[in-house]
Amino acid sequence: MERVLLDYGSGGKASHRLIGELFLKYLGNAYLNRLDDAALLDIHGPISVSTDTFTVDPIFFPGGDIGALAVHGTVNDVAMLGARPRFLTCGFIIEEGLPMADLERIVASMGQAARDAGVMVVTGDTKVVPKGMVDKIFINTTGIGEVFVPKPPSGHRAAPGDAILVNGFIGDHGLAILAQREGLTFDAPVCSDCASLNHLIARLLEAIPEVHVLRDPTRGGLATTLNEIAGQSQVECRIFEDRIPVRPEVSGGCSFLGLDPLYLANEGKFLCILPEQYAQQALEIMRSDPLGHHAACIGIVGQDHPGKVVLQTPLGGTRLMDMLEGEQLPRIC
Amino acid sequence: MCLAIPMEILKIEGKTAEVQVGGVRQTIRLDVISEDPAVGDYVIVHAGFALSRLDKEEALATLKLFQEGLNIELT
Amino acid sequence: MSLLDSFKDPHLCQAVLERIHAELHGELRFMEVCGTHTVSIFRSGVRSLLPENVVHLSGPGCPVCVTHDSEVALFLELAGKNAIIATFGDLMRVPGPEKRTLKTAQAEGARVRIVYSPFEAIKLAQDNPNDKVVFLGVGFETTAPAIAATLKTAREEGVHNFSVLSFHKLVPPALHALAADPELQVQAFLLPGHVSAIIGVEPYRFLAQQHGIPAVVAGFEPLDILQALHLFVTMRNKGQAEVINAYTRVVADAGNTKAMAMLNEVFMPADALWRGIGLIPGSGLVLRPEYAAHDAMQVFDLTLRDVPQIKGCQCGDVLKGKISPDQCVLFGKACTPAAPVGPCMVSTEGSCAAYFKYRV
Repeated sequence: MERVLLDYGSGGKASHRLIGELFLKYLGNAYLNRLDDAALLDIHGPISVSTDTFTVDPIFFPGGDIGALAVHGTVNDVAMLGARPRFLTCGFIIEEGLPMADLERIVASMGQAARDAGVMVVTGDTKVVPKGMVDKIFINTTGIGEVFVPKPPSGHRAAPGDAILVNGFIGDHGLAILAQREGLTFDAPVCSDCASLNHLIARLLEAIPEVHVLRDPTRGGLATTLNEIAGQSQVECRIFEDRIPVRPEVSGGCSFLGLDPLYLANEGKFLCILPEQYAQQALEIMRSDPLGHHAACIGIVGQDHPGKVVLQTPLGGTRLMDMLEGEQLPRIC
Repeated sequence: MCLAIPMEILKIEGKTAEVQVGGVRQTIRLDVISEDPAVGDYVIVHAGFALSRLDKEEALATLKLFQEGLNIELT
Repeated sequence: MSLLDSFKDPHLCQAVLERIHAELHGELRFMEVCGTHTVSIFRSGVRSLLPENVVHLSGPGCPVCVTHDSEVALFLELAGKNAIIATFGDLMRVPGPEKRTLKTAQAEGARVRIVYSPFEAIKLAQDNPNDKVVFLGVGFETTAPAIAATLKTAREEGVHNFSVLSFHKLVPPALHALAADPELQVQAFLLPGHVSAIIGVEPYRFLAQQHGIPAVVAGFEPLDILQALHLFVTMRNKGQAEVINAYTRVVADAGNTKAMAMLNEVFMPADALWRGIGLIPGSGLVLRPEYAAHDAMQVFDLTLRDVPQIKGCQCGDVLKGKISPDQCVLFGKACTPAAPVGPCMVSTEGSCAAYFKYRV
């Protein structure tokens, strides 16, 4: 089996072969193919920039892999500011000995994800480090997009009276990853939801004049992101538990591990907070898109408990939905 | 204290059983459950072990008590 | 609607709540002694719907959060001995001396593996034949039989590199200690459904017979909990105190005799330290001499050492129902889920943690 050697990160012939035979093959475009020290970009107006470093175990999982994730994740972050993502930069840190076939699969997947999202990888970097220095492969991507709305959505803009929407089932990615973990032997028919949301977001922002907040609830899940928004905007987010879309497989898996789907990571979901009068229209746009079939209005913005997320249970009771201290761990108590 | 949830038995093989909840499958141990469960039964699972069988008749009886005691029709 | 969903039915719950409202005269101070009850009461929103004269107190309800500092100290000592530690996820953040945890030990290089089932620890031992694998045995009577079964299998199959560090706790001795405390401010006990599935109802009878305190074995759905509260009200209005099994779909009055036999075959009772409470006679489980080869205390030659009590922590009073979590001076200030001091804040379902996290 061919494996990635330290030589591939040396800058010599091996590096050049890797670039030519792998990176240009799958990611090539007019900007990248020039192979200059930097990419010359032609961008207009205000821009949205975001960077993220991706590590995931396992690197291949149901519904995606670290390559697709590295594109979707950054594309989504850039888009949440009301921007059309256009360019990505990409840095790989690869553990010596990674099967070349795995690397090819990851890079091919990145290429596909980038084409789907309509973005181009314009510059990149590869380092190979001795075995054990990183776990298989880490990928950093930075995204650049052109902001096309006059007032970009922001976590600070949630206002009392706004509706809180989400574009579908919560917790799929988190559970799909957990099901692959060593020591947790269970079989969940759940795929990661990882997907680029920029096209759906563009349609939403083109049709609706006022969108206050767009946020993707990735690590820490829905609960954490809502807490961030409640804190930034100093409002209360009131969520109705029975309106939150959760697959039976996800609540099933969570039930015996003692986890809460509201804290599981998502990679293809976004929260949209906007004046109540536009909620119906926004839901219709979301539901007409494959990435938003199960969109729902899950709550409203209020002012009773500024900075807090209050959950209304199916019984009609209320409780606080706090941020977690760290990652959720399977428990017996 | 003790997180334990009902899961449905799909298959039994010796001291282990395959169970499901919400379509999520798992293999559990039958070492400590006192009566042998059958396929289709619900068992209460804690830390990968079946603790006891969930008695549907008793569940219905409990609900019936409410029905009579509170004059509520069950949906 | 499925049969089990009926136990969450809002209309049924509402009707029972109305009954409690109408029939309860005076104050009802009830204590649950099961963290899963604590969480269910908060998470389902039941707590916010209870009449004002129903006072909810959380007892020593979680075998993880009552794990004593000196016991955690031994976990950490093991972590330094180049053993592979297998544990339930719950224990990862339980602080020991100097606020060190298994998480911090892991960051320092200890090999700690989270497992869902103790049985997976046997596989871990078989996969790593040149290492010693220790399972951290915590839990009440619900968990102990599973660990007993795991130990039996390890012995039968000759998995020599597998051992258990047993710090299991028993519920009835703790209830005896609580009920005997003259300062206890509890009028009714909500008894733990899944512990009861193993030990049955008999071990609780003394609550009613010796102390005149009514108690109900209940399940964990909102309706189960409300039903138990309604039974308390009914008993009070009739001037009765009984121990009632209201979780008959899971709990047989005699418990699970097979599980108890297995538990007694592998373990024997011993005195145990409870975080926040102290020593309770006969409230722990240690491995019988026949299992010495799988007893981590002996395999690694460990000794429990005294560690100083935590200053200012009033968990003992919270656990006895003398004060509510927010009446403790440390609550929310020096003691939070991020930096827990006492047991009630340590566990995700400890009474203080639940108070901190869920109360609007």
